This record gives sequence, C-alpha cells and structure tokens, in this order.
Amino acid sequence: MNVSRRWLEAFLRRPLDARDVANRLAMLGAPVDAIEPLHADLAAIRVALVEEVRPHPNADRLRVCTVNDGSAERLNVVCGAANVTAGKKYPFAPVGSTVPGRPPKKPALTLDRRKIRGEVSEGMLCSLEELGFEPQDDGIWELETDAAPGTPLLEALPLADDRLVVDVTANRPDLLGHKGIARELAASYGVPFRLPVLPGAVDIDVPPSRRIAESEGAGQSGTVTGGVRVSIEDTEGCARFHAAVIRDVRVAPSPGWLVQRLEAAGVRSINNIVDATNYVMLEFAQPMHAYDMARLHGPAVIARRGRRGEKVVTLDGVERAVTEEMTVIADERGAIGIGGVMGGSGTEVHEGTTDVFLECAWFEPGRIRRTRSALGLSTDASYRFERGVDLWNAAEPFRRCIELVLTLAGGTNVDAPADLWPRVTHPPRIFLRLPRVAQVLGVELPLHTVEKHLVAIGATVVSKPDDGRIAVDVPGWRPDLVAEIDLIEEVARREGYDEFPSDLRRFRTGNVPDAPIVAASERVRDRLIAEGLLEAMTLPMVPVSGEGIRLLNPVSEEHGMLRHRLLPGLVRQVELNWSRRVRDVRLFEIGAVFAPGSAGELPQETPRIAAVVSGSRAPEHWTGAAPDFDQWDLKAIFESAVEVAAPGGTIEPDGEGWVVRGPDGRAIGSAGSLAADAPPWAGTVFGFELELHAGPRPPVRFVPRPPTPSSERDVTLLVPDGIAAGALAQVLSGGGVTVLESVRIVNAYRGDRVPDGTRSVTFRLTFRAADRTLEAAEIDSAEAHLLLLLERETGVRRREQ
Amino acid sequence: MNPTGYAQLDELLARLAGIASLDESALEAEHTAILGRKAGALTEASKQIPTLPPEERRGFGAAVNQVKAAFEQAFTARRAELAEESRRRALAGVDLTMPARHRWIGSAHPVTTVIDEITEIFRGLGFVVAVGPEVETEWYNFHALNFPANHPAMDMHDTLYVDATPVPGDRGGRQLLRTHTSPVQIRELLTHEPPVRAIIPGMSYRNDPFDPSHAPAFHQIEGLAVDEGISFVDLKATLVHFARRFFGETTRTRFRPSYFPFTEPSAEMDVECQLCHGSGCPACKGTGWMEILGCGMVHPAVLANCDVDAERYTGFAFGMGPARITMLRYGVTDIRYMYEGDMRFLGSLR
Repeated sequence: MNVSRRWLEAFLRRPLDARDVANRLAMLGAPVDAIEPLHADLAAIRVALVEEVRPHPNADRLRVCTVNDGSAERLNVVCGAANVTAGKKYPFAPVGSTVPGRPPKKPALTLDRRKIRGEVSEGMLCSLEELGFEPQDDGIWELETDAAPGTPLLEALPLADDRLVVDVTANRPDLLGHKGIARELAASYGVPFRLPVLPGAVDIDVPPSRRIAESEGAGQSGTVTGGVRVSIEDTEGCARFHAAVIRDVRVAPSPGWLVQRLEAAGVRSINNIVDATNYVMLEFAQPMHAYDMARLHGPAVIARRGRRGEKVVTLDGVERAVTEEMTVIADERGAIGIGGVMGGSGTEVHEGTTDVFLECAWFEPGRIRRTRSALGLSTDASYRFERGVDLWNAAEPFRRCIELVLTLAGGTNVDAPADLWPRVTHPPRIFLRLPRVAQVLGVELPLHTVEKHLVAIGATVVSKPDDGRIAVDVPGWRPDLVAEIDLIEEVARREGYDEFPSDLRRFRTGNVPDAPIVAASERVRDRLIAEGLLEAMTLPMVPVSGEGIRLLNPVSEEHGMLRHRLLPGLVRQVELNWSRRVRDVRLFEIGAVFAPGSAGELPQETPRIAAVVSGSRAPEHWTGAAPDFDQWDLKAIFESAVEVAAPGGTIEPDGEGWVVRGPDGRAIGSAGSLAADAPPWAGTVFGFELELHAGPRPPVRFVPRPPTPSSERDVTLLVPDGIAAGALAQVLSGGGVTVLESVRIVNAYRGDRVPDGTRSVTFRLTFRAADRTLEAAEIDSAEAHLLLLLERETGVRRREQ
Repeated sequence: MNPTGYAQLDELLARLAGIASLDESALEAEHTAILGRKAGALTEASKQIPTLPPEERRGFGAAVNQVKAAFEQAFTARRAELAEESRRRALAGVDLTMPARHRWIGSAHPVTTVIDEITEIFRGLGFVVAVGPEVETEWYNFHALNFPANHPAMDMHDTLYVDATPVPGDRGGRQLLRTHTSPVQIRELLTHEPPVRAIIPGMSYRNDPFDPSHAPAFHQIEGLAVDEGISFVDLKATLVHFARRFFGETTRTRFRPSYFPFTEPSAEMDVECQLCHGSGCPACKGTGWMEILGCGMVHPAVLANCDVDAERYTGFAFGMGPARITMLRYGVTDIRYMYEGDMRFLGSLR
C-alpha cells in the first residue's frame, strides 16, 4: 500500500515526519518497506511572474519574456510555449538548476545561460512534463497561486510529499486505505483524526440512501434509482450494493490536488470521475466503480452469477470468459463487468459521458479470490475485496464518492441513492475475559487499560458484567477480529510489545529425547569433516528424468522432481567446480531422498549420506605433488562413514566398487568411481552413497592395552588369482593363535618375479602376549602353525625366494 | 717429586688456550692427542701414577685430573660452538618463507554451523530436537495450522504440489512440499503430552524462482513450547535470551506485531543491525534493525486441532531462516552460493 504523508497530515491536521511515521507503523504491525520522497528534485524551482512578452526577432514561434523571479533584476527568458501570457505566474528554473523531466521520453535538463537564435535566455519557464508531472497540454504550467515571485515552488504548492510503501499483512484490509492508517497513527500520537476537507467542496445536499431489504421470498433485492433498475440476484457473492445516478456531469481532467494525491499513492490520474472513485478507494479501502449510464442497456445494473459462455471485455481491453463461479455485473443484455475485479470497457466513463451510475458494493472475499485467480487478473479492487472490505460502514465512502463527483464534475444527484442490503447483519460481539488476557500475555492489565486499547481500534465496549468478562463489539473494518484471542492480540499490540517484560521464568523441559536421526547425522558429519571433506547442500528438487516423484507445478524443469539419490547432485557440484577451474573437490551431503509411497500415502523419506572426492589427495606442496585420490582413498572414507552411519554393515566388493550390506543382508549403500562431464585435466571422481542409520550409537568399551612389547613377522604368500587377500587375512586372524594381535597387508606384487596367474602378498603378523615378552621360539611355532593352516584351508603357500 | 710429570702437564696446559680457535677436524685431532684413550698425552701421564712413590701419587693424580677436566670443558665448549656455527650455516640456506605442507581440512556447511549454534542455545533452555517429513498433506501444512481456506495468507506460501494421490482422511489432502517446518509442531503436539519443548530444523519449500534472495528450497528452524502457564513474556524472554547468546550479550532486540495464521498474538523479532549496530545503513534500509524471526503465541485453534486443551495449555512458537542468518553473519550477498558447492566458498566460512 502506497501511503501519502500529506494525505495522512490532512487526516491528522498536523505535520508529520515520514521517518517517525514509518517507525510508529512498524511498531504497530505495518512496517514501511521504503520512504520515497516525491518531487524533492524541484527545490530550485521558483514561482516567477512574467511581466512582459515580446515576439522573438528571429523566430516566429518563440517569445522573449521579461521575468520577475523575486530578485531586483529582471531576467530575459526565451519561451516557446504558445500560452505564455504577461501577468501570469509560471514555475521558473533559474540558470544552474536542473529540471527532472520524465525520462526516458523527456530527459532531465540542466540550464545554462545561452543565446537562443541570438536572444539571451536566463533560465526556463517550465511545463508540467519538464518538472516530472504527467503532461496535460503542450503549454507551460500556469500557476494559480498568491505566492510572491521568487517563492520556491514547493512552498507555493503542496507538491513535495513522501510516499511510504507500507507492508500490510493479509489480515488488515483496513490498512489498505489512508483512513485506516490514519486511525492507527491518531491513536499512536494521541490526537483525533477526521476526514480531510475536499478542496472546493460546495455545500452539497445528498438525500440519505434508501435501504432496500430482501424482496419477499425471492432471495433477491431490487429497486429503481435515478431511472436505473438495480438488483442483487447473487446475494451470496454480493451482500450489499449502493447505487446512485448523477446526471449532467462534465468529464474533465482532475484538479492538481487530486492528481498529486493519486500520484503519491501510485495511481495515475484518468479523469475527474474515475479519479473520484480511486480517491475514495485509497481513502476508505472501499473499491468503487462508475459506469456511463448512456451505455447501460435497460438501463439496469444487476449483480448476478456469470453464465456459461458469457464474455466480457474488461477495461484492459482483454476479452474474458466468465463462469458460473464468478459474480458479474450485468445490464439487460449481459455481463458488463466482473464484480469486484474489473469493470468492462463497454460501459467505461469517457470524455463524452454526461450521466454516471456509481457502484459501491461488497463482494465475498473467497469468491473474489477464486475469480481473480481463475482470470489471472489481480487489481487494486480485487486485492481489497479478497481481504475483506467493511460491509457495515459502506455508506460513508459511498457518500464521499458522490460528494467528490459533484464537486469535481458538477451534475445533480436526481434521486435518493439506493442501498440494497438483502440480509442485514452486524459485526460480531466478542467476550473477553481479563484472566485470559493475563494467562496469554503474562501480565495483568487493568480493565481500564484493556478498554482504552479496544476503544482505540474503534471497538465498542458494550457492557461490564461482574463475571470478569467484557463484551466487545468490533468495528466493521476489522474482519480479522472474530475471537477472544484476536482481541488479546489487539490489547498487546496497542500496549506495545516492547512494554512487556522479557525475564526468563521457570520452565519445564521437554519430555522426549532428541530425534535419533539428529545425533546420527552429527556423528557422520563430524567423521567426514575429520576425513577432510566439506559439507555441501544441494536442492532436493532435481531435473526430471526417469521414474520418481514429480512436482505438479515445478519452479522449472531443472527442479521438476524430488531426488531419489544424493550423488547426482554432488556430481553436478563437482562439475560446477571444474567449470570454475577448481580441480580438487571433496564434498559430502546429508539429506533425505524420496521414493513413491503407496497410493494415498506420503512418500518414503530416507536420510542418506553421500560423498565425492576428486583431484589431489593432499594440497600441493613445493617439495613434491601428492598423487590423486584413488579407489583406496575412497574405500577408506567409505569404511569410515559406514562405521558411524551404518554400524554392523559389511562391505563387499561389487563390480568395480563396493557395496555395503546391513545386518539383514540388504544393500544399503555403495561406493565406486562415478561418471562425470570431465575436462581433460580433471581427476577421476570417486563417491559413495549410504543410508543413514538413525539408531543409537553402538556401545564402545574400554579395552586394556598390554604394556609388553610386540614382535612382528612379515609373511609373503604366493596367491593364485581368484583367492582374495581378505579371505587369507581372515584365515590367519581366525587361526586360533591367541598371541596374534593383528594381521595387516603391507605389500602386494604382480609381475615377472612371480608366476603368471599369481601375485605375492605380504602379511605383517603382530604377536603380543599381555603377561610376558614372547620368546622367538614361541613365535616361530605360531607362525608355522598359521602357515600350515593356510595351506590346508586355501592351498596358499609361502613365496619361495 | 716428579718434576718431569709436572713439567709435562704445564706443557699441555699451554695448548689449552688454543682449543677455542680450532676447526672441527683439528679439534678432534687435538682431542685424540690429549685425551685419546690409547695414546693421549694425559692418558700417558696418568699411566705414570702407579710408578710414583705413594706419597706423590695423590698430588700428581689430582693434578692430572684437574688438567683433564679443564681440557674436557674446553673441548665441550668448542664443540658446542662449532655445532652452533654449523647449524647457523645450515639455516642460512633455508628460505623459511617457503609454504608449509598442509593437509586437507574438512568443514561443516556454514548453514549447518549456524543451525548447530542455534540448536545448542535452545538445548540449554530445555528444548529437544525434533524432525518431520518434508512431503506433507494440506492438513498438516495448512489446515491444522489455522490457515483459512482460500485466504490471502496463503499468498506468502506459494506451494509446490507433489504429483501423487491425495492422502485420504481427516488429516490428509493433497500432497505438497512443506512450505515451513511448522507442520512438525502439529506432529509433536499430536504425539506428546505437554510439556512440549522442541526445536525443529529442516528443509522448507516454496515456489520461488532461484534468485539472489530466494531459493525454492531453504532451511528453517522452528521452535515450539507448550505447557501450562506459558505466556507472551516467556516468548519474549526466550527469544531475547537467544538473540543475546547468538549475536552477543549487548545485542538489542525489538518485537513488532505481525500476522501468522497459526500464532496470536504474532510478532516479528528484529535485532540491531549487525553491520551498523543501529545507526542505519543500506543493509538495514536505514532502520538500524534486521528482521530475524517470526513468532507468536500458539493460536488456540492450533492447539485444539492437536487435541490439546487450549484453556489449560498455552504456548509459543517461532521460526527463522538459518540461511538468511548465515548470509547476515558472513555478508553473503547471494543465497545461491549456499547450494552450488563451490569448494572455495564452502572452505572460506569455517
């Protein structure tokens, strides 16, 4: 909502500081996103009196003027406008000043002293357009002011303003008009507020509206006013309809004050009739509409549901198909506008209009929301109707609009306006309990304070029963107030949130433990960070491909599906790094993947961990480059992750990589090299993905470490292809030698020095006894035992030197 | 008396002063010549001792030992000197400005770091960490949270819907990507009796184009406390405490009224701008404040939807965007950095 500071000043009858207003509104729940000074760039422009106009000696279409700019000297100014007249006042831009213009059509211009066709010109008499205003004719701007020559233009005319861009929450339709904002500010400053006086308003006698209730049994309401038959057939979509006819108006441009106010609110001036309706909307948050009565067939105006196949050309020139779900305004021949959204071009007020029909209606918010959404057409009117306009106080803005039209365009209101209101209702009455206020707010507020705050928002406190409840009639412009808690919020808001204490009080802690997945994620994250990897985050929405869970309305095709694996996202991030010439990449991610659920069930979400490494195994160093990551680095990181993410999981070779199986034998993750769109200088990408087990951490027990020394023996075996070194290590570890502490593989060789189809593998056996230092003989016999066992079980023997 | 022996010692002592100027090889030769075990001059001298008359042995022996000690001291000193010289020479050849040998160092995502810090502060206030599904039904995401059907409040939640059969039943509806972590509030309240005190980090989704300040998926942290006697004062106290712990003990905060369908009274908490500390700058649009979180007292209708007695229990809830807070903290200008995995970015905000 664009709010004019000057307009608010007219409500409050006092000058306001825009920054202070913004601060107060923020603390009342309507933060100001921006303060835009309007026409501050006209500070250098002055009122000047043209004392004499002479023809230009060298140009037919130019004049030379003697200008009184308030100084002792008279200035010579060349002017091209046909309307320049001696004895009139115009805005004057002196030499050295800049006029803003209206870029790009009319660029800004800095004035210097120069000769125009041989005549010196010391400044410029300005048109509206040159000063940044909407142009109205070709001439310069004739000022109607008593201000003495030399007076700054901004002092002579109410042009300077501040536009406050107010962020109005969806529950406060009343703040979509200046009156609502003024009401909040008035309470904040502790001053009264009144409707601004309309400049030039004459004493106008508009008879009170005739209230037309429901026609008997018809579920409808109708009457005739000013010769127009008006009726509501769709009482569900349109609950109330004010109508008036004004004859013999003169459609013309609006006066400056009105143009300025509309402009400050971000609305372009059209003509005095349309501007009057917009002005009232911006003042009361009540959209209005004016029709050219001559174009109404019947003449009749009917609020009814749309009909199948019916079409309306709206004011924006677009033909729109309406449906039975929409409320339309129709005349005898058919729909002429979409109720509460946009009028039709066929009945638009134009220059030749003499009689106007004014509408001030209440449309059902949900209906408007569905209609504008179906039409893809959000307007100032629909925006307000779908948030809820004041059903009960509509007579006031309607009257204001009639007065404004009569003031601006003359004409006569020939008949009492009609107020069609088939089913009269009242705003809700809400009971508020003081103890409940204290329970929610934590502070006991006295009754008079609560009352004061409720009165400030326009509510009526109607009774004070002794049972601690007060009955509150809420104002019609606050459709958000429907329950006791809404009033408690209003009390807190008017009291000021910052007035409440903020000291910690006693509390009871939550009675459930952390979700297990939280700790599991933390453990595996810590582990991979320790492995030197960086945590990444990818969007869970991925490009559409193959089977999976699709989105109905994706942001883009690139984000059309929910991921069922993490690795592709990480590989894309590797490729992004490559595209930026970053070769060394080590990333991991923890996140959910999605698999379709059964029909009518939510998808399965499984937490996973994935990692990728590519490029150098260590940062470069001048003493020698580290080799690239290889599969053994991957296996190490994979094992490390499995240990914490899937305790009890067993890793097996699988193709060219590995698979990890859970205790139940199900594959829960895999590791290997990955395909990627790699530049020639890139390293291989290795990665793994693994389900994240959310169970508790397996218990870790202390194991005493003997202080006795160990002995090592290296045993080199000749291993035929097809026999896994891991299996041999298992035989050795499980060989029943209690003093065998560990079996490690320290070397492997395949080549000329061993027979084809075999390799040599060196196992390092570490022996240790907890209670003594082992003798060589004991180790010899253990070693011999293990070799014998190995040969018996696998046929593998020691490699002969 | 053994004048010869003493004379020999005197001769040797004359060489003592020379040791301080010997180079390494000469020093070792001299060491052998004087203290050598087989043919060193002093070894020779001590060999004479047993041949002396008993009354002279003691005196001469002492003299030999004295001389020996003096030489040993001189040799040790000279050796240390030479070692120091050689170390200095060696060092002079090394350019100590050459780069060190580093290892790769891992790190958590900056948003994770912020989430962890926030979570820890609330753990200290008795909150537990809860999570919930990212695909939800309309009931959990909207209806249970008191969103009026077909209301402009929905405009803030431009929703991504999943192509799947709607979930039947009272708590079902169309399947969607949750637009906030608030449905986990509902799940917590439905499964636990008060007191409930939970902090809920997780992904949220909106149908927003990817631009510098929006991502279609983003992190949120939600908090919920429901018990007897919880009031607006507790809400303020808890969040002010959080702001001081997270942003610094002197950080100023302010609470502004706002609107969320699932809380009432609703508020937004601002903290003083972390760049200008209140004097006004472009980052805070001159206000001196930065919007950090939305909060409020849990709406009675929400409690009722979760079968919690709204007359007996009250509570507060809040939500904030850790990615946004991360951006404020580090001055990150574009949210997309968070999700593209650039090693240089991720490694720079440890």
